[in-house]
Formats: sequence, C-alpha cells, structure tokens
Amino acid sequence: MTASINPYFPILIAFVLGLLIAGGATAASFLLGPKKPNPAKLDVYECGVPVVGTARQRLSVKFYLTAILFILFDIETVFLYLWAVLFDELRWFGIIEVGLFVGTLVVGYIYILRRGALNWD
Amino acid sequence: MEGTVGVVTQFLDSNIGLVAALGKIALALVIALQVAPIMVWVERRQAAFIQRRIGPNRVGLFGFKLFGLGQPLADTIKLLFKEDFVPKQANKFFYILAPIVTAVIGLVAIQGIPLAKEIVVGGHTINMQPVNLNAGFLYLFAMSALGVYGVALAGWSSNNKYALLGGLRASAQMISYEIAMGLALLPMVFIYGTLDLQTMIAAQSDSLLFGVLPNWGIFLSPISFVIFVITMFAETNRLPFDLAEGEAELVAGFLVEYGSMRWSLFFLGEYAMMFTLSALTTCVFLGGYEIPWLSQTELVALLTPIFSAEPATWVASLIGLTVLLAKTAIFMFLFVQARFTLPRFRYDQLMRVGWVYLLPLALVNVVVLALIVGIMRLT
Repeated sequence: MTASINPYFPILIAFVLGLLIAGGATAASFLLGPKKPNPAKLDVYECGVPVVGTARQRLSVKFYLTAILFILFDIETVFLYLWAVLFDELRWFGIIEVGLFVGTLVVGYIYILRRGALNWD
Repeated sequence: MEGTVGVVTQFLDSNIGLVAALGKIALALVIALQVAPIMVWVERRQAAFIQRRIGPNRVGLFGFKLFGLGQPLADTIKLLFKEDFVPKQANKFFYILAPIVTAVIGLVAIQGIPLAKEIVVGGHTINMQPVNLNAGFLYLFAMSALGVYGVALAGWSSNNKYALLGGLRASAQMISYEIAMGLALLPMVFIYGTLDLQTMIAAQSDSLLFGVLPNWGIFLSPISFVIFVITMFAETNRLPFDLAEGEAELVAGFLVEYGSMRWSLFFLGEYAMMFTLSALTTCVFLGGYEIPWLSQTELVALLTPIFSAEPATWVASLIGLTVLLAKTAIFMFLFVQARFTLPRFRYDQLMRVGWVYLLPLALVNVVVLALIVGIMRLT
C-alpha cells in the first residue's frame, strides 16, 4: 500500500461520478415527468410552420475548409508547445528553428488569406 | 471501540492518496454543481438591473426571500417534473447522449484546477489539485476542446435544420478560436518554464518592479491575456459569440429540440466550462490562489503562531480557495455583463475575428515574447 496513486486515476473517478450525476438527472427526469405524447409534440419544431424536407442536406463546403485549416494550425500549436517546454534547454537554436517554422507557416497563411479561404460570404 | 478508531486511522494512513483524491474530486464537483444554479440567478438578476427591471426576487427559503436565491431551486424542481420526450425524427441514442457528454466534460474539466495550496494532514502533504498532472495545462486544454462534441452531437442528432445549423456553427467557431487560445497561452509556458499550474502559481507569488506589482501573468504578457479572454467567450459559446444559439435567427440553435432535465444538463456543462476557463485564466494570469504581495508560504508562517503547524496550512488553504473563487467571480461577472451589453457578431465577422485578427496577433505575440525572454534569460 503506497500513499500515492496514479495521477491519471482521479480522472477516471471524476468521469464515473460525472456520468452518475448526468445519467441520474436524465433518469430522474424520465421517471418523474408526465408521459403524454401527441403527434404535434413529437414533430420537428420549426416555429410551427409545416416542415419542408429533412435536415440531412448538403452543407456549405466552408465548414469542411475550416476543419482542414484547424487541423493544420492546431498541429502547429501543439508542436510549438513542445518547444515552449524545452525553451531553456534549446536556447537560441530553438528560437531560430521555431522562427523558421513559423515563418514557413506564415507563408501558407498569407496564401490561404489571399485565396479567400478565410472569407465567409 | 478504540480498536475501530485505530483501524480507521490506519486505513486512512495507508490509503491517504485515494482518500485525498476522493475528497478533492468531491469538493470540485460541489463547486461545479453550485456554479450553475448560482450563475443562473446572478445572470437573471444582473440582466434585470441592466434593463431596469427587478428580476427574480420572490422565491426564498423557509419564508425568507433572500433576494430570490430560491429561484434556481424552484427552476430545477420544475425542470425535473417536465415531460421528457424524444422527438420522433431524432437519432435517439445520440440525442440522449449529447447533454450527458456536455455535462460530464464540464464536471471532469473542472478537476484540473488547483483549488488551493497544499495542506498537511497527519504528516502527509496533500496538494489541492484534484487531477494533479505535471502537464495539467494540457489536460485543461484538451477538456475544453472536447466541449465541441456535445454541441455537434446535439445539433446533428436532433435532425432539425435549426439545430443542425447551430451545431455546425458552434463547432466551426470553437475549433477556429481554439488555435488562437492555444497560441495565446503558449508564451506563458516558456515564461514560467513549466506546464504545471501549481508551479506557475508559485512563480506568480513574487513581485515585479521592486515590489510594486505582483508577478502576475497579466503584467508579463498582457496581449496573451486579452486574446485568451476573447477566445474564452467564443469557446463557451457566450455572447457576443453565441451564434450557435442565436435566438433571433436559429430559435435556440442546437438546443431547439431539447427540454426538461436534458436542457439543463447543457447549461450545467456550459457553466462548469465557463468556471473552469475563468479559473484557468485566474491561475495563469492573475496568480491563482495567491494573495498579491503576500504569498501563501508567508501566510502559513504568519498563521503558524496563532494555530499550530498543521491547522495553519488548512486555514491558509481556505483563504487561498476564497481568493481563487473571488478572482474567478470577476470573470463570471464579466461574462454576464458582456452578454447584456454587447450585440451579437455576424457569422462572417466572427470567423474573421478569429482567423484574420486573433491568430496573427497571437503568433506575433509568441515570436516577440520569445525574443524578449530569450534576450533576458539566455544572454
């Protein structure tokens, strides 16, 4: 028996407790509330107007583009975190390397900016 | 009887890690679960004052009105007894799952906040961060990123055009602002040289400029602070960035098909996330649980003659927790004040602010601070 536990173990405890609280609240509401369904209540709510078509439609490609750009720049951010932690060890070598890396990315950023990828019309 | 006490003491002694972890998680959960009802009340009262109304001031407890503090309790009971139905067109499994995901992520995320300085109980030193990782910073970051799942799932599973649009907008907005958020916090990592929030707070207990200012992150990197506060609003889908809900155009966005307790679980998650991000700002930029000009170590030394050695750390921690909550409350106040003061962005403006202004600003901030810190520390 040691005094310390795995530092990741509390996440599991919190997750289980959170699940119990959220699931419990959902279940309690399900058990306590009335059950009087009718067709109008179960229908899609679009301000009371008869529904035209379904929600499973094609979407603007802009959302896809945003997701792709997010992956690009988020990986960049995560990569920079590694350098930030080792800032003192890597010294000027790290700063210059990161400068070059960010510089390359800025070129790409200017490209997508000029091509209008960031414009929502 | 004495044997039982001995067994209990021995059990506590050998399992102190587990017992302490459970206690800390319980404390954080209590805070998270209290934030939502209190904030609902604060929000309604503050909105009323801004709009020259009175707001909820009737429902009290045991015959006392208490400025209407009983209102959230009454609301919860009402929501609990509302009909709980699944619309027939919805994808049932994900429709039920989405609010649970949001609430659980909110409740798990808050565990990464260091609530107070470590306390000493029976010779064991217990730090007051429920999930005590050496990369606690990344843990909070990851959890706030997961928040997008609940919203996206809710929007898609409702199978409603408004809900789908709201969910999509929310996801696009959250991922866009996350980059600026990450880049805004990056300089703080190399300034403090750590990813551990407790070490960061300890570094902020010093003072700057011959003791005039506390050594807070806000003075070391003010631009990071500004960017982070803006992205914090966007990440939690709060006004002026609440296009996911936009009641004027999308009715209620991803929430449109939700009701009863499921609806309030979304708010539980949202308020817990707001609190977590506010507390993170406090820890990184405003010295966390440290009182300006009086570090927790000095406070313990000051209190030791009054109480004895161990209780002194408990009292100091209690003061620290109060200080942390007070500083966090400033941001919670800001959230509500902004909601009823600022108009909503248009969607193209919103994406523009994130990608065209905040992202380059954050990048420039990183590069400039890296050069400054490099010159100051490495030459």
